[in-house]
Amino acid sequence: MATASIISNHGTVTLPEPLPLDGGQRLEGVEIAYEAYGTLNPARDNAIFVAHATTGDQHVASPHPITGKPGWWDRMVGPGKPIDTTRFYVLSANVLGGCMGSTGPGSLAADGRPYAMRFPVITIRDMVRAHVALLKELGIERLHAIVGGSMGGMQALSLAANWPDMADRVLAIASTATMAAQNIAFQEVGRQAIMADPDWQEGNYYGTGKAPDAGLSVARMAAHITYLSEESLTGKFGRRLQDRDAKSFGFDADFQVESYLRHQGLSFTGRFDANSYLYITRAMSYFDLEEEQGGRLAEAFARTHAKFCVISFDTDWLYPTPQSRKLVHALNAAGAPVSFVELAAPFGHDSFLLDVPALDRVVKGFLEQ
Amino acid sequence: MSLRPDLALIASHVQPGTRVLDVGCGDGMLLAALRDERGVDARGMEIDAEKVEQCVSRGLSVIQGDANTDLAFYPDDSFDYAILSQTLQTTQRPDQMLDELLRVGRQAFVSFPNFAHWRVRLYLLAKGRMPVTRNLPQTWYDTPNIHHLTIADFRDLLDVRGVKVKRCWFLSRGKLISPLNANWRAHNAVFQVTR
Repeated sequence: MATASIISNHGTVTLPEPLPLDGGQRLEGVEIAYEAYGTLNPARDNAIFVAHATTGDQHVASPHPITGKPGWWDRMVGPGKPIDTTRFYVLSANVLGGCMGSTGPGSLAADGRPYAMRFPVITIRDMVRAHVALLKELGIERLHAIVGGSMGGMQALSLAANWPDMADRVLAIASTATMAAQNIAFQEVGRQAIMADPDWQEGNYYGTGKAPDAGLSVARMAAHITYLSEESLTGKFGRRLQDRDAKSFGFDADFQVESYLRHQGLSFTGRFDANSYLYITRAMSYFDLEEEQGGRLAEAFARTHAKFCVISFDTDWLYPTPQSRKLVHALNAAGAPVSFVELAAPFGHDSFLLDVPALDRVVKGFLEQ
Repeated sequence: MSLRPDLALIASHVQPGTRVLDVGCGDGMLLAALRDERGVDARGMEIDAEKVEQCVSRGLSVIQGDANTDLAFYPDDSFDYAILSQTLQTTQRPDQMLDELLRVGRQAFVSFPNFAHWRVRLYLLAKGRMPVTRNLPQTWYDTPNIHHLTIADFRDLLDVRGVKVKRCWFLSRGKLISPLNANWRAHNAVFQVTR
């Protein structure tokens, strides 16, 4: 059933000032693509910024322009939904380094050729800095809330730490204040898969008719496993065979889980730029709010008056509960008003995107107070 | 919804505009009342995820955590009051819990069921079995109350720890009673204590 679009505003803003980056460079002519739902009230105080995860984008609650699939948080954002667009002006933007309209490695540099690997290495804070600049251009001085899962949660925390007066509420779901070694390790596997693909061509594949699809596909397959739980993989696929009665004694996708992963990998290459994947995962690996604050995480939240809500999932082994707890203890130590709950959900890290009614209730309750 | 009698007592003696931590806050009834009626900066800790969810839905700042271990993550003097209602007897080390309450809070409210009520004494005397009463409905093997105590026991602990009693109240079937022979007559006790 086709439903009417709920987009109230969208576009691409060119930032008027060069964007200073944590790596020391300044990036000229940065463009940030955004999408919004609902109406900004006259007081301009009902804006909620939704920060997207690694491979997400600004199409939170509208069909993806390439795949045509519903927005990645369609179940959470919309009229009458937990993030209610009849009440809030809900805004999202593609991150710096992304490939859905914001400036990234696939964008043209001043010389008219794609940046490719000439694009500077960026950080989560750089992404947030670009979003803060976007909000300024859109005339939004203050957010009712910033909300994000996974990498989106990192952006929410980075905003609270570095722009302490910007958001009144900070909601970080299935996230962390410090990217752990295991997560860095998995992302390195993904990057190496891309860079080992001969079609990657040192990043200069734009316009060659070839792209490192095989490498990007493997990167996605590996990452996808980390988003799920053992329980959900077993429940969904078990050891069942794919369209056959017996094992082939070959290297076809004999098992349903293999076929599923291959499909996930291949379909990803159609919508995502391999170099963007390198840059965005690099930014995540560099994310460490504790290090940013000289080793004292609580310092990160000493200046903000925001209310925090931290949510983890019991089956999420990529951003496990102890990482959320560590963040919560730092918030406690800083005296910040913080709520924390570990929700039971079978879907692993991806639980924040899926049908978890308790998540809906907590998100709604936190945002509407 | 009206508050449980011991909670109502506590709520009425919390100074407006203060900072409060309710340890084992359940669904947040007391915290919500403190926030809405007394302008208190009300925080909570609760071990049960579903109850935390109810609290957050009420807009309360509540952390899912285990009081036995997680109070350690709060700095000294974080709160004007720490509240522990009907929970002391379930903690692993009630003596250390009392210390922790009065470390994170300048004062504490502690309420607990009195194991020396005459019905409890009579039950044990007559039947020779661990008492099961309206106030203490579980059997010995499934009760969360692993450290039963009496009003006299609690006073002894306060003495040992050098903790001062600011006020105390005694309840029978939810009604305030006189302190006379309270250790025989009270089902529940509420103490306001300070370092």
